[in-house]
Amino acid sequence: MASSSEPMVSRSVDVLVVGGGSAGLAAAISARKRGARSVLILERDGRLGGILNQCVHNGFGLHTFNEELTGPEYAARYVERARELKVEYLLNTTVLSLSADREVVAVNARDGVFRVAAGSIVLAMGCRERPRGALDIPGTRPAGVYTAGTAQRLVNVDGFLPGREVVILGSGDIGLIMARRLTLEGAHVSCVCEIMPYSGGLKRNIVQCLEDFGIPLLLSHTVVNVEGAERVQAVTIAQVDEDLRPIAGTERRVPCDTLLLSVGLLPENELAQQAGIDINPTTHGARVNESLETSAPGIFACGNVLHVHDLVDYVSEESAHAGSCAARFALRAAIEKDAPSAPTAPMSGEGSFPVECARGVRCAVPSFVRPSAVEDALTLRFRVDAVYRDVCVSVYVGGRRVSHRRHVALVPAEMLTVRIRASYLEGLSGDDVITIALEEG
Amino acid sequence: MEDVIWDCVIVGAGASGCAAARELSRTDGRYLVLEAADDVGCGTSKANSAIVHAGFDAHPGTLMARLNVEGNALFPGLAQELDFAFMPVGSLVVCTCEDQRPALEALLERGRSNGVPGLRVVEKDELRRMEPNVSDAATCALWAPTAGICDPFGLVIALFENARQNGVGFSFGSRVESVEREGGLWLVHAGGGVVRSRCVVNAAGVYADQIHNMVSPHRMVIVPRRGEYELLDTSAGSHVRHTVFTLPTKMGKGVLVTPTVHGNLLVGPTADDVDDREGTQTTAAGLGAVRCRSALGVRDIPFREVIASFSGLRAHRPEHDFAIGELPEAPGFVDCAGIESPGLTACPAIGRMVASEVLRALARMGRARGPRPDFQPRRRGYVNLNCISPEEWNELIARDPSYGNIVCRCCLVSEGQIREACRRGARSVDAVKRRTGATMGRCQGGFCCPRIMQIISQEHPDIPFAMVTKKGGASRYLAGNTKEVAPHG
Amino acid sequence: MTDRATSTGIMRELTCIRCPRGCRLVARLSGTEVASVGGNACPRGDAYARKELTNPTRVVTSTVRVAGRTPAPMLPVKTAQDVPKDLVRDVMEALASVRVSPPVRMGQVVLADVCGTGVDVVATASYP
Repeated sequence: MASSSEPMVSRSVDVLVVGGGSAGLAAAISARKRGARSVLILERDGRLGGILNQCVHNGFGLHTFNEELTGPEYAARYVERARELKVEYLLNTTVLSLSADREVVAVNARDGVFRVAAGSIVLAMGCRERPRGALDIPGTRPAGVYTAGTAQRLVNVDGFLPGREVVILGSGDIGLIMARRLTLEGAHVSCVCEIMPYSGGLKRNIVQCLEDFGIPLLLSHTVVNVEGAERVQAVTIAQVDEDLRPIAGTERRVPCDTLLLSVGLLPENELAQQAGIDINPTTHGARVNESLETSAPGIFACGNVLHVHDLVDYVSEESAHAGSCAARFALRAAIEKDAPSAPTAPMSGEGSFPVECARGVRCAVPSFVRPSAVEDALTLRFRVDAVYRDVCVSVYVGGRRVSHRRHVALVPAEMLTVRIRASYLEGLSGDDVITIALEEG
Repeated sequence: MEDVIWDCVIVGAGASGCAAARELSRTDGRYLVLEAADDVGCGTSKANSAIVHAGFDAHPGTLMARLNVEGNALFPGLAQELDFAFMPVGSLVVCTCEDQRPALEALLERGRSNGVPGLRVVEKDELRRMEPNVSDAATCALWAPTAGICDPFGLVIALFENARQNGVGFSFGSRVESVEREGGLWLVHAGGGVVRSRCVVNAAGVYADQIHNMVSPHRMVIVPRRGEYELLDTSAGSHVRHTVFTLPTKMGKGVLVTPTVHGNLLVGPTADDVDDREGTQTTAAGLGAVRCRSALGVRDIPFREVIASFSGLRAHRPEHDFAIGELPEAPGFVDCAGIESPGLTACPAIGRMVASEVLRALARMGRARGPRPDFQPRRRGYVNLNCISPEEWNELIARDPSYGNIVCRCCLVSEGQIREACRRGARSVDAVKRRTGATMGRCQGGFCCPRIMQIISQEHPDIPFAMVTKKGGASRYLAGNTKEVAPHG
Repeated sequence: MTDRATSTGIMRELTCIRCPRGCRLVARLSGTEVASVGGNACPRGDAYARKELTNPTRVVTSTVRVAGRTPAPMLPVKTAQDVPKDLVRDVMEALASVRVSPPVRMGQVVLADVCGTGVDVVATASYP
């Protein structure tokens, strides 16, 4: 127990991982495998696994394990592996601050407020859901307006039904999954409204979560009013024009007791911002280099805190890379402790080349590439900005096209991955850039 | 309770009612507050600009002008005594074209005759240094150093807790249905029961006309005037340093832009007269107007950082002045009505004025009240983890480990604070929010709401998890258990 | 899924879920058989339509109550294999009355041979 007479307790570790969800677990495991002697996860929830614990549906792990797992099963495999590798973790522990010189202050009920100095840090805090306020939907402020994830927790973990007559705004995957889940638990979902002319969710979920149950998906529709003083009594939905503005005269009142929001996820980057780490305004995640290292040397980021992913498999893969780079950094720092060399800036300067998004491409990660630090291949992840059919994804390295792949369809809901062999990056020099673009077949 | 004869029953537990209750609690009478909602400060007091106005706006000679300046002067001491957040940030009334300068000078003069200290006009260069994001059109501004911002929930809760601590009774869920005179006493029917009292204070906010008209042939009219606001994330909280107004228009003070004591940025309000006394919905037109009109005084407000919008109703009287005092036609019945802006600022002075009216009436009735010998003027607020040192926090955790368990990550609120709020009377999630700040952050309760519901149900054995409400009444979060109803279809 | 009657039989439309392209498939039915599939850009669409129209199945994922732990937390479960789509609601109703006693191991059967499908419902998390 902490006592007032003692100074704040400090400890030090090779690699500190902030967040024990899918990203943090994969990063911690990989850091241990890569030789980090001490790896500590700080997790604010009461158990490891993060949001996977409430995702009781299946569809996780097809890429990683070649089988379809539920969220808790997927998480359990990583938790078990982390325990085997003696990854340490503290639960119910909240990180309060992060400094660019790789020190965090955290708090929990057992240890009080304490400090951890780390050789390197992996940020794996995940993301949060955009709430009603961010959409500025007019109307009253009654009970019965939930983000899809909050409803998911109430249903799947706590065992309660948030409402019986439900309208869902936003066709993100969590919203679609909850449409099915609520229907199977006895609620009536009258419709899913999507402001865009296409869905933000995967086709499979539209078919198996909506069509299977006859739930209409209303594209180019939004909610323009919420009624009910104490509990939601109805919402008004309306069609929107090309500029996403409600079209007068198309309003329709839908009686309901619940409005579920599945309108986007935002990386939880307050700690990174506080530490002065550069943030990419498109992804809302940190700017990182090929090693997933942020603008603060030795601080890495991965998973949904870096950019919002579509599949957990890619979170795990990306985070394993971050964890291994973090271990490498920490071990090198430990060796060089007696003769410290100034840490090299992870981003700017000689030998670092920016990644640029050209036509149709947004949210590319990483932002910068140092060819000398790419081991076998460079992984580029990005999304497209609209629905495309029969287009090619091309990657140019300093003007030379090194990748060109045709796709029958590309949708913003899907994250795309392109791997570029390290040898292709060797010729980069001067003001060269790496460009990702969509081109005609 | 029905056998008791109260010295005074106060109708309404908003800022005015609670301030009156706290002032009366200095004396040894028997006082009761009746409140329709499940908590204090649920009407006009909860949705406003949270500004402590300097007092240059109201017309000299009005009650509004006098009580504003008096209230403003009392605020810093009260905030210290009752431990709620108050920050004397000062305010600027920005003049956006040279033609308006005479109006600004007139405001300065009005302020001086109201007795507002420290007023002066600042010119363009100084203004830009004081407030870098002031609009490019700004030519000069009226600087009022005595203006400030406060936590309006914190203020009302502090007044309530201190009054309660000094013996005032509070009865929630007690909407007043009628008030009648019988045998020299007032019979107040509320929430299915009746209480008898020598005096009644009518501090019923937007319902004050209805209460007044129950006892007086001189009709009072209250027009609910709706004001809509946009609240921005703390990341936008330092966009302005002071409360920035633009020159007032006929419909009110224009749209102000201000930091809040919680570190957010608040923009609003509009001013629309409505019929519905519960009409606190926002509208697309109103929120559009907030955004549009705010640009007049402040540039580049990052509206993409909006985390919530809300609206509140001001209890506007067409006469546009506070109506405070005992009614000659209804002995012992004291109005405290038409308390619109700057009512929050004025409430410490309103409380004193109402209390002196009540005590005078009681004395006349032969029930003169003396000072309460054990009056405790100080009240302990809720700890703010954002403002304490690690050592202080560790002391707290050593006493009660639940203070180390963070529940609301956006606003840094621990399980310990939420349990304490419940023990001090909070029974709904919004009541916890107003005491601790939990759910007020950027995720708006997405992560912590189920956890807060759990704590409320643990602390109040009469509230099972499934029955926890957002704000009392029928505002339940849950429709029932899963597995109870067959799959739909 | 929508139906259209033509001179050559019932034409049934459905969306392929095998890739993000989401081909609009049109299958011609003769009786209960799928005579032909059109609109698919690849062979996976053909296979998907035939399976979905003749023997559609789903894995059911849900939760069950844990005895003595009312109300929370729930135990997540799934059908160990896919079950006929028509029986999804019946499976849910069968799960409504299941109570398991802790401890539960991940993979443990919580309801054997659900609705006579020959498929077990198993725990997808461990519960101490």
